[in-house]
Amino acid sequence: MENFFSKERLKNLLLQQGLIMAFVLLIIVISLSSDRFLTTDNIIFVFRQVSVIGIIALGMTYVLISGNIDLSVGSLVSLTAVVVVDLHDKIGPGPAIGVGLLIGLVVGALNGAFVGFLKMNPLIVTLGGLTALQGLTLIYTGGTYSVIADPDSTWYAFLGRGFIFGVPAPVIIFIVLAVILSIILTRTVYGRYVFAVGGNWKSSRFTGIRDNLMICSVFIICSLMAAIGGIVLGSRLMAAQNYVGQGYELRVIAAVVLGGTSLMGGSGSIFKTVIGALILGFIANGLIMLGYPYYVQWVVTWIIIIGAVWLDVLSKRKILWTWP
Amino acid sequence: MGNQNDVILEMKNISRSFPGVKALNQVNLEIKKGEVLALVGENGAGKSTLMKVLAGVYSRDEGEIIYQGKSVSYHNPLEAKEDGIIIIFQELNLVSELTVAENIFLGTMPTKRFGIIDRKKIKEEARRALNELECDYDENAIVGSLSLARQQMVEIARALVHRANIVILDEPTASLTGHDKEILFRNIRRLKEQGTAIVYISHKMEEIFEISDRITVLRDGEKTGTLVTAETNRNEVTQKMIGRDLDEFYEKASTKFGEEVLRVENLTRKDEFSDISFSIRKGEVLGLYGLVGAGRSEVAETIFGIRPSSSGKIYINGQEKRILNSRSAVSLGIGFVPESRKEQGLVLGMSCKENQSLANIRYLQKFGFIQEREVSRSFQEYQDKLSISCAGPGQPVVNLSGGNQQKIVIAKWLSVNPAILILDEPTRGIDVGSKAEIHKLIARMAEAGMAILVISSEMPEIMGISHRILTIHQGSISGEFSGEEITESNLIHAITNLSVDAC
Amino acid sequence: MKNRLINFARKYPIVFILAVCIIFFSASSPVFLSSQNLTNILLQVSIIGIISIGMTLILINANIDLSVGSILAFSAALAMGLQTYGLFFSIIACLAVGTLIGALNGFLVAKAKINSFIVTLGAMMGVRGLVYIYTQERPIVGTERALIDFGSSSVGPIPVIALIFVLMLIAAELVLRYTTHGRNAIAVGGNYEAAENAGIKVERHVLFNFMFIGFTAALAGLLLVSRTNSATAFLGTNYELMVISAVVLGGTKLTGGYGSMLNTFGGVLVIGMIQNGMNLLNVHAYYSMLIMGLILILVVFIDTRFKAPVNI
Repeated sequence: MENFFSKERLKNLLLQQGLIMAFVLLIIVISLSSDRFLTTDNIIFVFRQVSVIGIIALGMTYVLISGNIDLSVGSLVSLTAVVVVDLHDKIGPGPAIGVGLLIGLVVGALNGAFVGFLKMNPLIVTLGGLTALQGLTLIYTGGTYSVIADPDSTWYAFLGRGFIFGVPAPVIIFIVLAVILSIILTRTVYGRYVFAVGGNWKSSRFTGIRDNLMICSVFIICSLMAAIGGIVLGSRLMAAQNYVGQGYELRVIAAVVLGGTSLMGGSGSIFKTVIGALILGFIANGLIMLGYPYYVQWVVTWIIIIGAVWLDVLSKRKILWTWP
Repeated sequence: MGNQNDVILEMKNISRSFPGVKALNQVNLEIKKGEVLALVGENGAGKSTLMKVLAGVYSRDEGEIIYQGKSVSYHNPLEAKEDGIIIIFQELNLVSELTVAENIFLGTMPTKRFGIIDRKKIKEEARRALNELECDYDENAIVGSLSLARQQMVEIARALVHRANIVILDEPTASLTGHDKEILFRNIRRLKEQGTAIVYISHKMEEIFEISDRITVLRDGEKTGTLVTAETNRNEVTQKMIGRDLDEFYEKASTKFGEEVLRVENLTRKDEFSDISFSIRKGEVLGLYGLVGAGRSEVAETIFGIRPSSSGKIYINGQEKRILNSRSAVSLGIGFVPESRKEQGLVLGMSCKENQSLANIRYLQKFGFIQEREVSRSFQEYQDKLSISCAGPGQPVVNLSGGNQQKIVIAKWLSVNPAILILDEPTRGIDVGSKAEIHKLIARMAEAGMAILVISSEMPEIMGISHRILTIHQGSISGEFSGEEITESNLIHAITNLSVDAC
Repeated sequence: MKNRLINFARKYPIVFILAVCIIFFSASSPVFLSSQNLTNILLQVSIIGIISIGMTLILINANIDLSVGSILAFSAALAMGLQTYGLFFSIIACLAVGTLIGALNGFLVAKAKINSFIVTLGAMMGVRGLVYIYTQERPIVGTERALIDFGSSSVGPIPVIALIFVLMLIAAELVLRYTTHGRNAIAVGGNYEAAENAGIKVERHVLFNFMFIGFTAALAGLLLVSRTNSATAFLGTNYELMVISAVVLGGTKLTGGYGSMLNTFGGVLVIGMIQNGMNLLNVHAYYSMLIMGLILILVVFIDTRFKAPVNI
């Protein structure tokens, strides 16, 4: 048995678990300066804050593991939120949510077909999707605001505002989805195939895996998650403005990357993504508790992302440093 | 032949370690002016490492390099290049988007004022070099549009322009056809006459004896001897290479064939191959032999559903089947060991176990959930059967030797027990020991009743293991040989019966 | 003949799209082709266009820069806010800070070997934060007349801002074609290892290009506020997407190794024409977003379908 506290061990821990260490450090520092920070109420508050970003990040994790990227999620959040809120009073909450999910399904299938079957560059396809969906949203509303007339009498409000045993509903949705998607990713054949396709789609194809179908499916999962995010967001706000999801794509990707899922594909985990989203949430919350304006979190996030990725690069260089 | 005693470069007691491996151990090497020195050894013997130490890609742990009487040590290939030592790597060092002339002067473009490139000078000098190499193609051509052989010639032209004293070629013929090889050899001889020393890294015996003046043999990171080519023979070299006599013994599976498993009729794919017809029976090993680019892999990949066919029929067990993608091919009982292990065979980021189980994992699930215990058991079984040496099922497959990697790919298919197994260049780039094991394995699989289609460009291999050989030339079948008809001259004739494209 | 046309359209899809745009809009609106309107379009696209020059180099290197919109905003805010120290100082500071942020990005990409997408995604967020901190969410208004006078001036019929854009574009095209730096850019993006082995100072090269795009973003910011005389915290939001759209629309490859400034010019013009033409046709700007998105997807579709067969 080696010395538990050997230098080598410590170094590896720092390199490999750098993110968790940073997370713990961050929480300690902030909780020292603000006694409200580590209260149950505040922690639940943070979870609730990150739940929408977190839900979308779960789907994005699948896309990144498969070696792709999806920039259209922010616009999709806007579109579903606007459509669901608008249809709520017209066709009722149930059908409105159904339409929202359907939009997610269709957008995901389109993105997936372009990238998976036509082998088009995912960055540009979804960049085009980002612009086009934002345009669609504006066309749909004609530039106006959608509001739900009577927020107090609809069960739809529960999704964003309700509580179960004191835990906010969006948090429950986030955690349940995280657990399900995590199990699918790590325990099922489908999940294994997603990793295989992300690691090497040619080899996957030569093994009889339908790589194009796999890629198509992860885009559908991602868009469905974005649609759910939009639905929850609409419920929390009980109104939706045209640009409500603008910039979400980058915050979501930041959360996933911060968690340590590689942009190159073939590796990553849902657990890491949840951690990444929470870090973003705690930074935001902590800084506000310390009395800084909300935008200071962006600067701190910048520093933390670069730091985390740099550590990751350093540790990879060491691990992958193999015999040629 | 130049002055044979004129030593231009000497490497003394070079050692280099990588984590867990002593790649080079006290290696000495002498290179003389105007000679072709062949550097031979099995994969992993340290040939490339030695040259990379020379060119400064790797640093050395100990030892000394004396070049033109001075002790030198380079930190990167550029410094070596400036000193007249040019290394041409296996992976070509060209930018396919730039022109031939620009590639020749990459990194050293002569400029006029304000960093503006002196295009006229570049073109003229590039043209002169190409003329010297008897290459008649345009110096303004985009490199990406040239054949592999021509691209290689661009690298050699680069060596010429920079007036290299030493040119190192790392397995230059790995992807060349016969004719292109001749052009390469002619140019090597030309460089030699001009006094350039050439280090030729290869493991192909025929080539070494054709081109080299002296042979230095490495084994397991140590030099086992330097021989004068004219005074030695293949046996002596192989003996030094692998430490024992090589019995070129191939195991052929017994010739008890069952019923026909696969029949292909008039399979055609536009611009790639046409009217391919053949059949394989249970227990038979069918060889598909042809030059690189003749359409061999394309035929195999079409049968496996990777590429769609233009026309033609495929029968499995007598029934016509449409194979739309690789998934349906696998469902029909076809397995495929592809040509490029790293790019097509393995997911390098995954472990040995995950790679081995990737094909059969769909049978080891309950309600979609992977039965990890079954997967481990299955991996254990094949690890024992194929004697795959790895640290454990979780070891990243990246760290394995080529032979073990290939065994994992084969084990992946064995675990789904396909009726038909296609192997495309199954022993490319793996050491002699593993090669023999894989040949044995193929025989065993055939005896167990598999129908096997083997593609190879190594004649002894294809002759040694196949019951029947089809030759393919420019996309169509040019001959079929079995039993006594399988001779070297028959095969060569069948794959080259028409003129080959010129450089 | 027909084949040659198709080949041309495949090789330069942007020329084709541009022609379609011109024919369509000039047929539906008589003022579209008036010199007044064309000058307008040019002026409108100049800001995006100047950044696109830098972005083209970055994409040819097979990198990407998402932080340009934030850099633009930060530089613009400094150019306005620092005018109390003199106009000259504020301009120098504005351009220097943009270049420096570019240098930081470049350092992280070239030396630390971090994926440029992540580096610049972080910078996009972080620099935007700096803008908010600096402006305190209030618009900053300039005090120096000279800057606005310059921004609204024209050389003959051509607005000075458009002139700067066009001159920079021509210079950049010449650099790309005829100088070592330009050819090296293609080498670095086409085959990084080969470029390195050939002795190109790859890290310095990449660092320089990131500094250059930082500079172009800062210059764009400066020129933008030279017309409006006011910098807000959210200036330049989504510019990175518009710039990347324009460059990719032009035909520069995200995978690196291929691209040209003239193509980028075409891409920038198409975006300007669609916005302008839709405006003339009284179509709501919403539709132009939809159409731009669809065109972008169409261009990649054409590119993927007809140019590069998927090699296994």
